[in-house]
Amino acid sequence: MRRTALFLPGNNPNMLINGGYLGADSIIFDLEDAVSPDEKDAARILIRHALSSLKFEKCEIIVRINSLDTSFWEKDVEEIVPLGPDALMPTKVSDPGCIHKLAAKMDEAEKRGGSTKRVMLIPLIETALGLENSFAIASCHERIAALLLGAEDLTADLRAPRTREGGEIAYARNRLVCAARAAGVDALDTPFPLIDDMEGLRQDALLAKSFGFSGKAVISPRHVNCVNGIFSPSDAEIEYAHQVFEAIETAKKQGKGAISLGGKMIDAPIVERARKVLETAKELQGGRT
Amino acid sequence: MRIVKNSIAGTLESSDIHVEVSPGTGVEIDVQSTVLTQFGDSIKKTVMDVLREMEVGDVRVFANDRGALDCVIRARLETALLRAAGGDGP
Repeated sequence: MRRTALFLPGNNPNMLINGGYLGADSIIFDLEDAVSPDEKDAARILIRHALSSLKFEKCEIIVRINSLDTSFWEKDVEEIVPLGPDALMPTKVSDPGCIHKLAAKMDEAEKRGGSTKRVMLIPLIETALGLENSFAIASCHERIAALLLGAEDLTADLRAPRTREGGEIAYARNRLVCAARAAGVDALDTPFPLIDDMEGLRQDALLAKSFGFSGKAVISPRHVNCVNGIFSPSDAEIEYAHQVFEAIETAKKQGKGAISLGGKMIDAPIVERARKVLETAKELQGGRT
Repeated sequence: MRIVKNSIAGTLESSDIHVEVSPGTGVEIDVQSTVLTQFGDSIKKTVMDVLREMEVGDVRVFANDRGALDCVIRARLETALLRAAGGDGP
């Protein structure tokens, strides 16, 4: 389950230590934008020691590495992959070639480190070219677990203003969700950038959910509860899902072929949606699975 | 590992430690900490362990601790030592 993915600066011990207790389903230790070039070594070493000695049992651990067009990314992979985070997040991924190049380096690092854990990939799609290639990227390698939309860089690339309402990224959201779902991986929405605008955050997360996203990245711990709530099944959704399965059982007992609930036909997509709602609700009751 | 120049790593923010390393004769360690009474010996032991693991013999270490966990102390000292040994950059 990836309702929330919280970015944390990779060179801040206080945030790293407490990251697992902030309620996010995933935490993203950031080696890229949150770390100045002359502190890349310090952040990389700090994350390595944190991963080797701290427990993050309730969170998926993702490390955002530096872009493949920098001199930093290879060291990031060599030092971090043997520690077995759940996933790496490469940035500005524009085509499947980026993924194959990175995956080959990860293969080497896993082999050299003797790691048995398969580290997954959550590419950050934040260029026009990356967006147009998003299905090819999502489906090019077995390590891909999800796609994340990065709207700040994308809108800069599109030469579009970034607005609170997000109309300029409507196509990108549609395109990315479609690409991810077609490839069978999760789709994560871009963070809402206005930290103190909680109503704006709520509207943005509701919109993202309506597009079909699995969850949303956040840049402040204060955003976690709101986004978790929106991407969790509501009581009404859970109740309706139970009613769907009760209606199916009743119809079976009565020997009916066609099933209706509240005057609406129950067909395969509705059953599948109800099944997912109940699965998610069960997972939330039992913690991370 | 041979220390050839001065270096620093870390910050004075909460849960961090600021480490200064310079070339020396033998090992000299000076620790200041907000929790010196309770954890001073433990911090010095961690510093000594890292110096031994990285095979550093001649060094002066000054550490100003702000309540850092053991893994943070290790990370900051390792960073400072690699920088002082003239590593190949960040």
